[in-house]
Amino acid sequence: MPRTLIIIPALNEEASLAATLKELRDVPIDHDVLVVDDGSTDGTAEVARKAGALSAELPFTLGVGGAVRTGLNYADRRGYGRAVVVDADGQHDPADTPALLEALDRGADVAIGSRFAAGTDDYPVGRVRRQAMRFLALILRVLTGERYSDVTSGFRAFDRPAIELLARQYPVEYLADTVEALLIVRYSGLRVDEIPVRMRPRAGGMASARRSKLIINYIRLIIGILGSASRRARLRKEK
Amino acid sequence: MLDLPKGSLSGQAHVLIIIATIATALIIFRLVRARQLRSKYALLWAVVGVTLLALAAFPGVLNTVSDWLDVSYSPTIFLLLAVGFLFLIVIHFSWELSRLENRTRTLAEEIALLKAQLELDGHAGSTSMTGNID
Repeated sequence: MPRTLIIIPALNEEASLAATLKELRDVPIDHDVLVVDDGSTDGTAEVARKAGALSAELPFTLGVGGAVRTGLNYADRRGYGRAVVVDADGQHDPADTPALLEALDRGADVAIGSRFAAGTDDYPVGRVRRQAMRFLALILRVLTGERYSDVTSGFRAFDRPAIELLARQYPVEYLADTVEALLIVRYSGLRVDEIPVRMRPRAGGMASARRSKLIINYIRLIIGILGSASRRARLRKEK
Repeated sequence: MLDLPKGSLSGQAHVLIIIATIATALIIFRLVRARQLRSKYALLWAVVGVTLLALAAFPGVLNTVSDWLDVSYSPTIFLLLAVGFLFLIVIHFSWELSRLENRTRTLAEEIALLKAQLELDGHAGSTSMTGNID
């Protein structure tokens, strides 16, 4: 069996991190846990150390994308065959991790835990946010020709080729990370599967975006997506 | 003022512009001497300073150029060139800023990974700035 690294990007999550780490201990698959402390000012790194997790402390906040890329780099250098990204705030249920890894067993390179895939309960999100998510899903459908129900979900598992690719190319722009990463792996010809998961309300910490900022961020994201799409068009031409 | 020939400067304005240009040149020189300005920018701004100084000393040059280009109001040429130049500079700085941010990010990640490596190797006490509590 390939070794599995669970990556937890965490920014000021000392309140919820301990519970998440405890739940991870019950995951019936052999794994290491790496907490990437994204420049926290609270005791996030201490909580990780006390719980016996590996920790990588960024000297200042890079955003979720930067933290995930750090984790994937770690996995890449240490030769992990698989990596799973789990939120520190309790939103993702670690009990779903085996389901994501099974998708990799079935040949997927990336498995996304989806809140909206068939077989999941209605996950409560605000209307603006829900519409924005639908819109993004539509854009991705146009660009990749495939239907994804939850393109902004950060609950993902990666196999070795995806780790190697994203350790170098994981997008670091705010909010763009999940959507653009999906594009990058698809454009590289890797297989992406969605797995229905239940997500829970956040256990602690701060929501990562205020609504007023959300719209501007979505516009930035769309510009980023268009950038990726045109880069791909150029690569095709060169081939 | 009205009886001045086209494009010429009043005596006071002329002196003022020359003083401002010399002051700018001095600031650039001081920054370079203190090694606070990379030489490529120093060169750039030095060229700008010399050009401004030349124009301030011989405003007639601008008239010649505008006559040649058939522009009736010669300061337009100057403003057009100045805006175009500044626009290019700002784009260049945006590009450079993005590149620097990327490098800073990569360095930050590298530091985090190296620190994690050191901790694994058992040097946690000497690398942790927050101190050991266990």
